[in-house]
Parts: sequence; structure tokens; C-alpha cells
Amino acid sequence: MLTRRIIACLDVSAGRVVKGVQFVDLVDAGDPAALAMRHAAGGADEIVFLDITATHEKRALLLDAVRRAADQIFIPLTVGGGIRSLEDAMLVFDAGADKVSVNSAALSRPELITEIGSRFGEQAVVVAIDGRRNSGSPESAEVYVNGGRKATGLGVLEWARQAEARGAGEILLTSMDSDGTRNGFDCELTAAVSATVQIPVIASGGAGNVQHFADVFTLGSADAALAASIFHFGISDARTMKEELAAFGLPMRLPC
Amino acid sequence: MSAGKTVVIDYQTGNLNSACKSLRAVGADLLVTQRPEDLKNAARIVLPGVGHFASTERLMISGIGDALRERVAEGVPFLGICVGLQWLFAGSTEAPDTRGLGVFPEVCEHFPAGIKSPHVGWNSLELVRESRLLRDLPASPYVYFTHSYRAPVIYATAAVTNYGGAFSAVIETDNWMAVQFHPEKSGDVGLKILENFMQVSGC
Repeated sequence: MLTRRIIACLDVSAGRVVKGVQFVDLVDAGDPAALAMRHAAGGADEIVFLDITATHEKRALLLDAVRRAADQIFIPLTVGGGIRSLEDAMLVFDAGADKVSVNSAALSRPELITEIGSRFGEQAVVVAIDGRRNSGSPESAEVYVNGGRKATGLGVLEWARQAEARGAGEILLTSMDSDGTRNGFDCELTAAVSATVQIPVIASGGAGNVQHFADVFTLGSADAALAASIFHFGISDARTMKEELAAFGLPMRLPC
Repeated sequence: MSAGKTVVIDYQTGNLNSACKSLRAVGADLLVTQRPEDLKNAARIVLPGVGHFASTERLMISGIGDALRERVAEGVPFLGICVGLQWLFAGSTEAPDTRGLGVFPEVCEHFPAGIKSPHVGWNSLELVRESRLLRDLPASPYVYFTHSYRAPVIYATAAVTNYGGAFSAVIETDNWMAVQFHPEKSGDVGLKILENFMQVSGC
């Protein structure tokens, strides 16, 4: 059976991990490649590097980290943040990424999705959507850019539909209402997006405990969920979390 | 580990680099090439692939297809990955004008309507008969898939995966071996499968 995926996300700035799991026994706990290896060994199904500064000058540091990670981990690696053109994407793929995640650049120029998809395959393009609905219905949720600061006027469901039509391989949906709250994912919004598109939906934002993951996989129909700060809540690795989720009856890959 | 060059065919697919990295990780000595004549001295041949079936077009045009048939008939073990598996069939409804190598007469088709597509993520392999590629692996191992088209279950199917029905996940007959999933992205299980391939001796 196809399992639900737990994806470890590392926020990277100037080539260093600024948020995410801290392993006391790592010599260099800020090295994205070392952390990616640890997550892979710990049972994560995929790794995401999110370049949160993504300035031109610091790009080389990220690419170096991608290169070193790709040499040592043999599970899918996605890189997002600052992918504004096909050229940006090519650099990241050349460094060894399997997928790129595009966000605001795809909103301002949706052809970017198609351009990357035709060169590297649709499976390699993840469209990241930051949505906010305040207390409205999922249908009223709006797409935000600039880290959730600027409204676009575009509906989340409409943009998800368009992204799929342009050739997105997956949707990474972050709820700006839930993000940082630790009160759980926005299951209603996730379920609405999941019902709107045929492609897989990765849920993000709001995880505080293992039950939240169980909820977003069942109530939210998410195909995958992003785990970042969850590992701070006394859970040492993805394996432990997946064992608990498997006990809920959810299909999980439990590495040997 | 077996001696000689492992030739990886480069037809500009996205997973070429990761396929090469994982093969090197299991000790393969690689020659990456686009030229059919480089197949001559191959000890084994790998065809990676991901994305659209039409990308295989150049394999037939360049003469790689014919050279490959010859070499595999002479006893060189072959491993196709993802589209590299589908290409062994007569064709795919994804690109009706692109001819496959035709080792198997069937045609690959899209997943049925009503289930999510592409099929992305970790799914299990169910062995249907003895497999050299899956030797010494736990029962129903999980591997990483990403594809929208799939090959039917045929006489050469060694393992199936269930998603909207069973499809061929591993094919093995004589020196033709192929996997629909990505061993280069399937963690330790994937590396073990590549290691097993490196130990297959041709017949």
C-alpha cells in the first residue's frame, strides 16, 4: 500500500540550518548535509531544504550543501526558496536535487511551472502555496506571498487547480493561519485542496504533536506532511513518530 | 564486486546524476555515454529515466536501441529504471508516436481515473516469483515511486505493486531487468537492489 509520507524540512540560511532538529551528538549541528543524513537514517521519507534568505550572494553556500547532501542521502531531496527562473532550477538540479519547490515566482509567471516540468519532468516540480482564510470557509482561502505578508487576491483552490493544469507534480500547502501555532494542521483547507486536484498534496503548518499528523492524513486527506519543529516536542526521529502513526492504522514506511 | 565498466546511457533525463551517485555508492565503475559504440565493452548497462516517454525517442534514432539488443543477447545484464522499464515495452499511451524497444509486446498506460496521479511516494513490492534483484531483502520492501504511467503484469514480472490494481514493479527475464521505482531514491533497500544487480552474471 502507498504510505503517507513524513517529510523533514530544514530551513537554511546562508548554507546553515537555522531551524529544525538539533542533535547534540552532531559535530556540526548547523550543517544541512549532516542533518539531512541524520533524518534519512532516522526514517524520514524525504528531505526538504528551504532557503529562507535566498539572496544571490548566499546561493553558492546552499548549492554546496545540496551537493554534499545529494552525495550521501539516497532518498528524495527537494530544494525551495529563491527559485525564480529555469536557470535557478537548473543549478539546484545540477547540484543533485530531485525536485524544486516554486512559490511566488510561479505566481507572477505561471509558465515557470511548465518550463521546469518540460525540462526535468513534472514529478520534479512542487508548487508551494501559502494560504490564509482567517475564519472563513476553505473556499475563501486566499494565496499569500512574501512569507504570508502580502495577499494576492487569488483563491487557494483556484491556484492549486491552475498549478496542476500547468504541470505541477505536487502541491505543498502551508496554512498561514496554523503555521507556528502548534495547534494542528488546517485539515479542512488541506482536504479541500486534496479534493480539488489529482496530484499529491503535502500539508504544512501547525504541527504540535503526533495526533495532528494522524488528523491531517485522515480528516485532511493529505498524502504527505512536512515536519520541522515537531521534532522539538520530545520526539527524537521520524521513526518514533511513524510507529505511533502506524498504530493509528495509517500506512507508514518503517525502515528496517 | 564484478569487474568491468557499467555503462550508463545518458539521454538527458533528470535522474542521471542521482542514478550515477547510487551506482558508484555500490562500487560500480561507470562510463556515462550517449554513443551506441560505447556499449561494446560494457560489463553491464543501465538506462535511467524519469519523466515523459517521448524522451526515449532519441534512443532509437541514435542506434542505442539496436546496440543494446545485441549486447543483452550476448549476455550483458541490463537494468532499466522508471521510463527505462516502460521503454522495454512496445510503447506507451503517453506518447503514441514514440516506439518502445519492444522486448515485450504490451503497451504502458495511464493509471485509471479515480485515483490520484502521479503515484508518488513509498509503496511496497510484492514478489510473484524468485528475483535476483530482490535477493536478501525483507518481505514487501518499500521503495520510492513517481510516475503516471505503468506497465501491465506480464510473464516476466518478478514483483508487482498495487495502486489502482497491480502493475509491474520489477521485470526480470534472462539479462533484461527493470524497475518502475527509483532504486537511487529508495534508501538502503534501493542500494541493496543496485548491489544485487552488480552481482548478476549474464547468461
